[in-house]
Amino acid sequence: MSRIRTERLVNLVICLLSTRRFLTAAQIAATVPGYEHDPNDPKDHEAFQRKFERDKAELRDLGIPLETGASSAFEAEPGYRITRRDYALPDIPLAPDEAAAVGIAARLWRHAGLAEAASSGLAKLRAAGIDVDPQATLGVEPVVTVDAAFAPLTAATRNRQAVTFDYRVPEADRAMRRRLQPWGVVCWRGRWYVVGYDLDRAAERCFRLSRMVSTVRPDGPTGAYELPEKLDLISYVAHSYSHPEHTKRATLLVAPGRAAGVRRWAESVTPADAVASEVPASDGGTASGSPGGSSPDAVSRRGDVVVIGYSDPCGFASWIVGYGADVEVVEPAEVRDAVIDHLREMIATMQDGTPHDAGRDPGRDPSRASTPVAAEVG
Amino acid sequence: MPTNTAGDRVARLLNLVPYLLARPGIGIAQAAAELDITERQLREDLELLWVCGLPGYGPGDLIDMAFDGDNVTITYDAGIDRPLRLTPDEALALVVALRMLAEMPGIDGRDAIERALAKIEAASGDVAEAPVAVRLPGDADRLATIRGAVDRRRALRITYYTATRDETSDRVIDPMRVLLVEGRAYVEAWCRQAEAVRLFRVDRIDGFTELDEPARPPREARSNDFRDGVFRSSPDQPLVTLRVSRNARWITEYYPCESVTDTDGELWRVTLRVSDLAWARRLVLGLGSTVVVLDPPELVEAVRDETNRALDAYGVTVS
Repeated sequence: MSRIRTERLVNLVICLLSTRRFLTAAQIAATVPGYEHDPNDPKDHEAFQRKFERDKAELRDLGIPLETGASSAFEAEPGYRITRRDYALPDIPLAPDEAAAVGIAARLWRHAGLAEAASSGLAKLRAAGIDVDPQATLGVEPVVTVDAAFAPLTAATRNRQAVTFDYRVPEADRAMRRRLQPWGVVCWRGRWYVVGYDLDRAAERCFRLSRMVSTVRPDGPTGAYELPEKLDLISYVAHSYSHPEHTKRATLLVAPGRAAGVRRWAESVTPADAVASEVPASDGGTASGSPGGSSPDAVSRRGDVVVIGYSDPCGFASWIVGYGADVEVVEPAEVRDAVIDHLREMIATMQDGTPHDAGRDPGRDPSRASTPVAAEVG
Repeated sequence: MPTNTAGDRVARLLNLVPYLLARPGIGIAQAAAELDITERQLREDLELLWVCGLPGYGPGDLIDMAFDGDNVTITYDAGIDRPLRLTPDEALALVVALRMLAEMPGIDGRDAIERALAKIEAASGDVAEAPVAVRLPGDADRLATIRGAVDRRRALRITYYTATRDETSDRVIDPMRVLLVEGRAYVEAWCRQAEAVRLFRVDRIDGFTELDEPARPPREARSNDFRDGVFRSSPDQPLVTLRVSRNARWITEYYPCESVTDTDGELWRVTLRVSDLAWARRLVLGLGSTVVVLDPPELVEAVRDETNRALDAYGVTVS
């Protein structure tokens, strides 16, 4: 924008801050440089009005609280002013260590959506006389990223305005249009969620921001609803996505020196005795043994005895099967049978060549799932 | 602050007056650096402010300043002696980031963070009712002890579980920093065994000892940029192609995939690069009948062999 317009806007702000009375557009035009025009020339007057409207919009975009009211009892035209109380940042007496914390916080966004807002907010604090040490650190460096839906969802929550978005969970065949009155956004275990009232389901719902496949659009009036009292956003998400506790126990036979991923979750590991450990667990000789009927003695001969907690037998079995012949389930039967079923189904699937859901829940135990982090391989 | 639009410059000018007012006699160079603009931009801003002021626009009405060499002092502020309030987005950015810091396990100065948060919230009024809650993962104790050792700049002997190889091993590392990416804590360190910079997930450090020698990452040790996540696939890693049924589609959200295709149909085709085919074998075995390996052939074979061996161990014979 031109220097002329910048100058006009700064003067407009100073003028409206200095007045107690509401000033009409005509009064402003007669005062602030840059609005000079002939009010009797319709064309000229219309140009002024357009210019003034644009300027007002610009000030509001900047967050300047432009107040509208009657300039006097005899004046039909609305007037404008800016009250200091609404305009000025209140005094924030930040101690140096607090200011340093704010500076570090603002830097968290350097890679993510709110970087600009964070730095302009920080600039205002600096303008309030607060010195922020740009070098300060806190020992842990968080790398923060947010999904694109973050900004529209937080704005809609603030405005109490419903939103619509297309949402796709991987298990569904297509995205569904959802309508939500958002209550708040939650960062939980590194992922972003929104909690709110689902207008179509007429119930509380929680959505993962990364699954929103369209832009999030406001839908309907602002101020359309209230937030529930005593809202605990975290607990909604934690409840929907948490893993059940491992209340049951299984006994496994683990090949010596193998399946480290299983061992580190073990409640106890009893090593196979020195003689027995000479026989590898994957030795074909075990095939001649009786299925499931291993005596404790026979058990210790084929590997280390590992006791481990679990909750869902299917999910647990899937995780165990990942370790192949290195891990054998001794008991309980529900896990042992689930493992054998899982393996049998795999053979059938490999012969058939077509994966299928086998009519049960996704075999996954995310509480112990691992991510293949290339960078960490030592 | 960006300077591309008119509004941005107006915001900057309205901010500049109280900024200078709070720092009488500040050097132009220092002010420009702190405001993240060039000295030339700052001088142009000052020139512009000079012609702004109160109605009347006479000598006593305009913003005035005194120069002493390269130092500037505002002598008349025309009523803009305070910065503008935080916008909702600005308050949100600061409040959410402070909440995130306060949640960070093992962070220094939590007390200062919480005091700062309370003050920013108080100053922002309604807009600071940021509708955002943050909960980072637990493990606070482990992270705090590890961070203490990193802070003392000591080398560490760690017992580390490497998921890609399904091995736990001991190694000595020279820690460089602790960071948190996608909700997980990591130690970035020079690994003396690998002779390279490695990232260690804190929840996989099953034990550690602080050594009586300083951490000395060699000169060539460089920190990595993790804004796109911690997994870097590289073309020399084996590419695995899977056909997955509905119940295994979750892997496309959970693991970084190279491609996900055929998403119109029931069975999706997924490719991903893996550091180790043994890891892929564990993944595929765990997924069971919901997945079929299309490629590479050695993985197809490894999965079949392992399935048969496992069934064998249970005394089950498959015809």
